[in-house]
Amino acid sequence: MAKHHPHPVVDLRTSPYIRRAPSVDQIMRNVVYALLPVCAFSVYLFGISALALMLVTTLSCLLSEQFFCWMAKKKSTLPDFSAVITGLLLALTLPPGFPLWMGAIAGIVGISLGKILFGGIGCNVFNPALVGRAFVQAAFPVAISTWTPTFAANRFSEFIPSTLALPFMTPAATAEWSKTVAIDGFTGATPLALMKFEGVMVRTSDLFFGTTAGSAGETSALLILLCGTYPVARNMMDWRLPASVILGTAICAEFFYLLDPASYPTPLFMILSGGLMLGAVFMASDMVASPVTPWGIVLYGLIIGLLTVLIRLFGGLTEGVMYAILFANAASPLLETFTQPKVFGGDK
Amino acid sequence: MNLPRLFNRKTFPHGIHPPQYKEETRDKPTRRLAFPDQVILPLLQNIGAPAIAMVRKGQMVERGELIAVAAPDKLSVPLHATVEGTIRDITLMSTAMGPKTRSIIIDTLPSSPQIPVSGKRQDYRQMSRAEIIAAIRDIGMVGLGGAEFPTYAKLATSLDYDIHTVIANGCECEPFITTDFRVMLENIKNLLLGMRIVMKAVAADKGIIAIEDNKLEVQAALQPHLPEDGSISVEVLQTKYPQGAEQMLIYALLGVAIPKGQLPATLGLEIINVATVAEIGALLPNSQGFIERTVTITGDDLEKPGNYRIPIGTSLQHILGETGFTGAEAELILGGPMMGQPVAFLDTPIHKGTGAVLVLDQRAAKNRDVYPCIKCAMCVEVCPIHLNPSTLGLLAYKHRYQEMQDQYHLNNCFECGSCSFVCPSNIPLVQLFRVAKAMNRERKVQ
Repeated sequence: MAKHHPHPVVDLRTSPYIRRAPSVDQIMRNVVYALLPVCAFSVYLFGISALALMLVTTLSCLLSEQFFCWMAKKKSTLPDFSAVITGLLLALTLPPGFPLWMGAIAGIVGISLGKILFGGIGCNVFNPALVGRAFVQAAFPVAISTWTPTFAANRFSEFIPSTLALPFMTPAATAEWSKTVAIDGFTGATPLALMKFEGVMVRTSDLFFGTTAGSAGETSALLILLCGTYPVARNMMDWRLPASVILGTAICAEFFYLLDPASYPTPLFMILSGGLMLGAVFMASDMVASPVTPWGIVLYGLIIGLLTVLIRLFGGLTEGVMYAILFANAASPLLETFTQPKVFGGDK
Repeated sequence: MNLPRLFNRKTFPHGIHPPQYKEETRDKPTRRLAFPDQVILPLLQNIGAPAIAMVRKGQMVERGELIAVAAPDKLSVPLHATVEGTIRDITLMSTAMGPKTRSIIIDTLPSSPQIPVSGKRQDYRQMSRAEIIAAIRDIGMVGLGGAEFPTYAKLATSLDYDIHTVIANGCECEPFITTDFRVMLENIKNLLLGMRIVMKAVAADKGIIAIEDNKLEVQAALQPHLPEDGSISVEVLQTKYPQGAEQMLIYALLGVAIPKGQLPATLGLEIINVATVAEIGALLPNSQGFIERTVTITGDDLEKPGNYRIPIGTSLQHILGETGFTGAEAELILGGPMMGQPVAFLDTPIHKGTGAVLVLDQRAAKNRDVYPCIKCAMCVEVCPIHLNPSTLGLLAYKHRYQEMQDQYHLNNCFECGSCSFVCPSNIPLVQLFRVAKAMNRERKVQ
């Protein structure tokens, strides 16, 4: 191409010659920007432990990806920013006091098994962050369900004791510590666990503004929604994905609520609690693992919403968003096959 | 789903809104470019068979004189001398259409006033439908929107169908091009006369001039001249690409989706480019040949971009010289930036269907990285034919061309390029589809 040529060089391309589209790295970078306020709020709630966790997971994702690029002798794929999203999302789904070394493992597993194994960006079948989380959920069931209170007084000066646990050692029990820092009787249960095991409903306004216990970033539904509007407004995220997840959740929750309002929570509670908002806005909307066909997108979202409610109400776990999304990821090629768009004017 | 039509801004679903880039030329009145020293007239400038040369080397020809006749009993149109001068040669020359084509080369007579010859006067009102269609063939008219389908043959299909409406396509949805806009503004009489001629030829009682809402001046200029019986009207559509495509235009105007390959005539419609109509209106009354057209010359590094009347066969070298091209390295495109043809040689002549010469200097754009498909579905959202370019692209990378055709309607794609335009991964989607189509054609032949 660049070889010296005595005549003027005319490069031939075929039409179209102009393009007007954000590039992949621009899209990914803007999703990272949209995630930053959620991260900041999480740090504000949980302090330096949450910050340390984000740094560790992001770093482990970046380093794993770099390592595999080096192994494959490929150009580094770090500049496309997709590994940063994986790292941040991963940290946001973990409890704030999650031991850092476990966070690092989640990052490594997410990138290697969830992404690189399938061929890197664009090829992953599942959302890599959720693959990482599913792995640590199975490997470290205690650590991943140990919640700490928000607004601990010393959260900016002191780590949550479990954060700094040494690899392969039992993390320090945080129950005692939680009692000392919490303002009123902290039970260590998330709103969903309270609902499920004790029949206690947390006020929806607390859920909306996010001052309840939970994973680092899945607490304020309002903030996540607001942050989601940015990439949607810039046409870098498909609004139909989160919208249909929320719709699916609402329909399914409303059904059970109408059956028996006494024992089932309201749809609003379902939508605002746990990781649903984070999952709907930032994980279900992962373009790569979701369908491309218009009806496929809607079905995919509805399935996630439906499964989330079913798992929450009838499954063994308190939270179902992760498995719902992973399941829908797996179903997405199938959804595509029977929702192919109808050709304009029909086929000849 | 008829959502777009709820808002009284007529258009079709999907499509894109590329930047217009029309400011550079749209307000510049059409001017004449200096005559070139030589013109190269390919005998084949239309879909169908080449014309048959009727002149010999060294012969003097007048401007507008018949130099090649239509091949008998074939889809073919005659060719006229576009300058007064001497036949230098009849030989193979490179053209924008691909393979070298037999062409008539005329050396311009330097002192000539270049006044075109006229034939007999004829009044369309005294002529039968068949006579009008034959007269349009004698003009050498082809579709000036770029398709270059012989106009007489297009109109002749109306003899088998019941046509009620002629739609003059003035959408000009491609960025940069303002040819049709200027033609409509400056040739109102010819345009309306042409409409009446075409309407008579196909026995339609209604005519619609369809424009996009970035050309509202045309509506204002035409309004006082429209016939009082309402037989010819102007319809304004939302500005959107690719609205100029027949299928899209019909949907935008009438809300009907016709399948690819089906003639608009089955719906009683005749769709014809506005510049073609205006040329018919200008040439048919005096039986003159089609020898020059309005061309938008625009793009980067041009001192005098604008709209020019240029004889068919003028080389790009001459055009770029006259319009003050100052750049060194650029892409030359005949037509618009979305569907135009690339040109490799500066001695390539413009042909009957060339509506624009576009000069693009986009060294930076060429070096953009290509990423794997991230399945963002943007291509699915813009495809005017409602295909799934994302999946088609993945299949094309795997050379599964037959599957693309059988299961994903590859052949319905008319290569508007909207998918490539929006792809964040910079995947050359429509380019891959062209390759796939060609491979399938080849396999079919074998």
